[in-house]
Amino acid sequence: MSAISVRWACKVFGEGHSRIVALDKVCLDIDDGEFVTLVGASGCGKSTLLRMLAGLETHTSGEIEAGGQSVVAPGADRAMVFQDYSLYPWLTVIENIKFPRQLAVHTRDCTSADVETASGRADALLCAMGLSGVTNAYPPQLSGGMQQRVAIARALMARPKILLMDEPFGALDAQTREVMHDLILHVSKLEGCTVVFVTHDVDEAIYLGRRVVLMAPRPGRVDSVYDVPLPRERALAMKHSPEFLALRFRILERIRDTSGMRTDLELLQRLSQQAVPI
Amino acid sequence: MKSGTWKIRGWLSQRSYWTLAAIGLAVPLVAWTALSLSDSVNHVFLPGPLDVVRRLATWFSEDRLLDDIGISTFRVVAGWSLSALVALPLGLMIGNFRVVQALLEPLTDFVRYMPAVAFIPLVMLWIGIDEGAKVAIIFIGTFFQMVLMVAEDVRRVPMAQIEAAQTMGATRWEIIEKVIIPSAKPALLDTLRITMGWAWTYLVVAELVAANSGLGYSIVKAQRFLQTDKIFAGIILIGAIGLATDQAFRFVRRLAFPYLYVRG
Repeated sequence: MSAISVRWACKVFGEGHSRIVALDKVCLDIDDGEFVTLVGASGCGKSTLLRMLAGLETHTSGEIEAGGQSVVAPGADRAMVFQDYSLYPWLTVIENIKFPRQLAVHTRDCTSADVETASGRADALLCAMGLSGVTNAYPPQLSGGMQQRVAIARALMARPKILLMDEPFGALDAQTREVMHDLILHVSKLEGCTVVFVTHDVDEAIYLGRRVVLMAPRPGRVDSVYDVPLPRERALAMKHSPEFLALRFRILERIRDTSGMRTDLELLQRLSQQAVPI
Repeated sequence: MKSGTWKIRGWLSQRSYWTLAAIGLAVPLVAWTALSLSDSVNHVFLPGPLDVVRRLATWFSEDRLLDDIGISTFRVVAGWSLSALVALPLGLMIGNFRVVQALLEPLTDFVRYMPAVAFIPLVMLWIGIDEGAKVAIIFIGTFFQMVLMVAEDVRRVPMAQIEAAQTMGATRWEIIEKVIIPSAKPALLDTLRITMGWAWTYLVVAELVAANSGLGYSIVKAQRFLQTDKIFAGIILIGAIGLATDQAFRFVRRLAFPYLYVRG
């Protein structure tokens, strides 16, 4: 069964002269438990598509279903991790992770046994994300990588079926990012949730995704979908495997072709050939 | 002071900071003393610091200074509290809902440019000349600014904080109660602190309305009798009370929001 099904979804911003088609007739099926990455040049609508899956953005036409239910608004079954500024700085790390427990959706018909289970779950997440040492710290005291671990733990707290990630590691340095990659692969396998991950980093998209969805701009659309020819269990060394490099090359070429970068590159080439002093 | 003192947004040690602050306060005081001792200026125009201190002492012993402070503080705090009581929920609504914003913000923007002093005759007509009138003037002076500042504080809550709560399944009220209000709290406290300062500046205006006590009233009365030393004393008192209130607010801020003062 597919966890997410997008049928001919369109998104139009503005009206009249300022009308912009952000997404044009997008179709996409994502399986239960799949890890799919969305990659593309800026303006291709990958974040918009993710926000539509979350229900934070409404689609202008077409149909979007998550878990067989039509998506009309945000829901606890689809948690989202943002790039930045989504933690609550007035709450400690553990309070942030337990935040969903403050909401009626997660506490309705709740017995004391459930509360205990939840408390255990928070501790388990704390452990799994390597946050045990900073349980009672406030977010501003943590590094960017640690803050994103808290954000992921908080998103997972209520056992969402689907985890949506909007360039969650975009602001982190390369070393921290590599650690986070293995961490998110590990945790998503542990949780068994479906992950849709938006990034502009092709390496990241291939390393994490079972499938890579390449999107193209003007108008935003799904251009092509690639199955990643790597074993399910990923390891850092695979980034140097010929399969990885070949796919990386193909995707980067395709991004250049679809993003209008080609003309810029040709212009640069011509300029360097002429070698006329400017 | 090392190099880097003049770096934009540079660093300064606590000691240097307070030394400079003391100098900044002392220089005008010394200049004032020197000017008043030099006899180049008539004492009626510029009383010396000692005259002012002496005046304060007689005001305290013979003229019920504490009563004046008490009644003025009451008027300021009453007008300011009343305006906070209305401005906080209203600003919250304006900041959260575009409908309310469209309905009320242009109106508020319009009214806030109207001079509070000009309302005095109307306030006297409508409310009378009792305490209510003085409180009303201070209310008019602070309320409209406060609403807009509260709305802005609310709007500054990062969208990601709100959207994160939405994707965790929070309802609209839960988002307001558990995300927007706690997130905006420090900014709201700052808004209250700043508007308290404005409330004090409206005191003299408010006590133009048939008052017979209060610091502002005393200043106006002293003007009639050319008691410049009393005018100085009144102004300095208001300044000192304002400074003390401001520090109290900052102290509360540190207690109430420890997370703003932690650093890894």
